[in-house]
Amino acid sequence: MTDFLARLYKPKVPLLWWLSKPSYTAFVLRELSSLFVAWFVAYLLLLALAVGAGEAEYRRFLDLSANPFLIALNVVSFAFVLYHAVTFINLTPQAMVVRLRGRRVPGPLLTASIYVAWLVVSAFLAWLVVG
Amino acid sequence: MPDQIKLRVARYRPEVEDKPTFNEYDVPLRKDWSVLDGLNHIKDELDGTLSYRWSCRMGICGSCGASVNGRPKLLCATFLTDYAPGPVRIEPLANFPIIRDLVVELTDFMHKLSAVKPWLIREEEQSVDEGEYLQTPEELADYKQFSMCINCMLCYSACPVYGLDTKFVGPAAIALAQRYNLDSRDEGAGERLTILNQPEGVWDCTFVGECSRACPKGVDPAGAIQRYKVTAATASLKSLLLPWGQQ
Repeated sequence: MTDFLARLYKPKVPLLWWLSKPSYTAFVLRELSSLFVAWFVAYLLLLALAVGAGEAEYRRFLDLSANPFLIALNVVSFAFVLYHAVTFINLTPQAMVVRLRGRRVPGPLLTASIYVAWLVVSAFLAWLVVG
Repeated sequence: MPDQIKLRVARYRPEVEDKPTFNEYDVPLRKDWSVLDGLNHIKDELDGTLSYRWSCRMGICGSCGASVNGRPKLLCATFLTDYAPGPVRIEPLANFPIIRDLVVELTDFMHKLSAVKPWLIREEEQSVDEGEYLQTPEELADYKQFSMCINCMLCYSACPVYGLDTKFVGPAAIALAQRYNLDSRDEGAGERLTILNQPEGVWDCTFVGECSRACPKGVDPAGAIQRYKVTAATASLKSLLLPWGQQ
């Protein structure tokens, strides 16, 4: 038995395992997107603090936000946050069982309802800002 | 369609080599031949020293899992024509120690499987005179999907978390635990919570989802794990807020 165990070949996982399949890469990008979600949370908190500190501070925050580096960071962050949200929503039916009148809501219907809710909330926020 | 296809088969013979190599074999390319038929042709006609596991040839026994062109597959359910003109690369399932050629070591899984207690647990067995434990079709539907697991290990092979940390209980064992947790006749969910609600249980899973894509029986172990996270989190919260209400 000892001899048998000693002769086992134990393969090592390569460092770049996540490039070996598109689905692995998509997963690692989804994990990475959490950093950008965290940045957006921090950025929005800073914005709220600046608004609370008066007009001069708010103007300073806007000037800072116009910095090309910050604009580039926010554009990239926005793309990652969208990716995070879309992949999160698409995975929801696998993680949640929702029942209506004792019957399980089909996965595609659950996903569609979240997208509709997202659209309604976005439209309401757009109306608040623009309208 | 060519009449031959080349199979590049991983060989590991621990008495002669210290790491796997590849041997190439030309086998007949027939419309109804699975990769397993190709390997059986090698074993019968070309090289009797090749080692691999198989039994039922119909996707039931779960013995013939291997990696085909880098993807975990049941050899009996994977057809050579889908890989024409070849070559087809056949390797042992990834993430497992290799005993010989395509044969991998599964003791780790066997320990994990028994740890999640995949059987009906009753606090008190009802006597035979009282009849069967009745179940409605809806109650059966709650767990039936998870009962389709054939322990073929394709999900473990597809799971990068298990590849990086073999302490992870893993997809099939957790799906089988859920198969019994969701069974209306079972009362053992509390006993399974101990093993599933540990860091190496459901919480090691980062929801790559590749286990469910690899599963040849549509079990969806990734779904089982995510749903159990909700169950485990609720149980933990309850024990924190209502310690006197817990067993």
